[in-house]
Amino acid sequence: MMLPLFEWFEASALGDAVRTSLWLFPVLEAIHLLGLCLLGGAVLLLDLRMLGLGLTSQRIATLAREARPWLVAGIGVMLLTGIPLFLSEAIKCYYNQSFWVKILTLPVALAFTFTVRQRMATDERLDTSMRSRALALISLGLWLTVAAAGRWIGFS
Amino acid sequence: MGWEFILSPVSILGLLEWVAATPWSVALHESLYMWPLVESTHVLSLALLVGTAIMLDLRLLGVAMKRAPVSELTGRLLPWTRLGFVVMLATGLLLFYATPVRNYQNIFFRLKMVLLVVAGINVWLFHSRIHRSVGEWDLAMPPPRAARVAAVVSLVAWAIVVVSGRFIAYNWFDCDIQPQSAFVNWAAGCVVPE
Repeated sequence: MMLPLFEWFEASALGDAVRTSLWLFPVLEAIHLLGLCLLGGAVLLLDLRMLGLGLTSQRIATLAREARPWLVAGIGVMLLTGIPLFLSEAIKCYYNQSFWVKILTLPVALAFTFTVRQRMATDERLDTSMRSRALALISLGLWLTVAAAGRWIGFS
Repeated sequence: MGWEFILSPVSILGLLEWVAATPWSVALHESLYMWPLVESTHVLSLALLVGTAIMLDLRLLGVAMKRAPVSELTGRLLPWTRLGFVVMLATGLLLFYATPVRNYQNIFFRLKMVLLVVAGINVWLFHSRIHRSVGEWDLAMPPPRAARVAAVVSLVAWAIVVVSGRFIAYNWFDCDIQPQSAFVNWAAGCVVPE
């Protein structure tokens, strides 16, 4: 049912440009990885703190505010490079189980990060607790799934 | 026979050809799940190693977490960076062991190793010199010039390590694809028949 849509993605000018270039795919992929470093660092900074590890003398709300612009930047880099990468091999992705795991988990991770996690973590009263630990574990679980499934697209 | 024999590229190549033929190297190289699992662990650990390093570098540049003392980051965040490094090193050695000759003669692998040395020297200089006096500038804004320089060197070095690491997978400059330019053959250590 979705296949025609993915065929249209694959036929897009951007997808075609990436596919026919010798170096565009590798370069976008490498920048995608640099985005992963930034996103991963920003996520870990706050999640480690909420687990009671990491920068424990800083307030959770302070770190949540500090990490946010870098988190947004990391996600921005990943989306800007990830979309053309996807367009260049959309049909391969359509038949790839890891792609579907990634693409269905990603909106959940994004929604959780920018609604529940952002709202609860910026609450000045939040300290290391069951609540903060649960937030961190859900966040780490979601992002780890997105990242691992993303890497596995290339293997399956 | 002098040291040049021991250090000559051909003898290292010979050693690595022997390594590549060991049963475990072949098994890892050809495995359906082990190699992808090791490789995925290597990639995902980027978040831990480079991700936390970036956060410290941003603090050293004075652009993030300005009110957090630098000593708290080096004391509480760096253990996670070190853990990331240990995982990276273990999985990286396994990946090298799986295809030693190909990695050794890969121009991007060599570039990555050089930049790892640069990053390592930077870490050593930071800890042995700059960080010694952290008590005097823990909350100073902007942080001292030397700390900012170390942060920039770190960011650039790790970025090149990540990018060249990813490029190892591409065979553009592999020795078995000839002709290559004389520079590529020299830099990748290709043994080209006359």
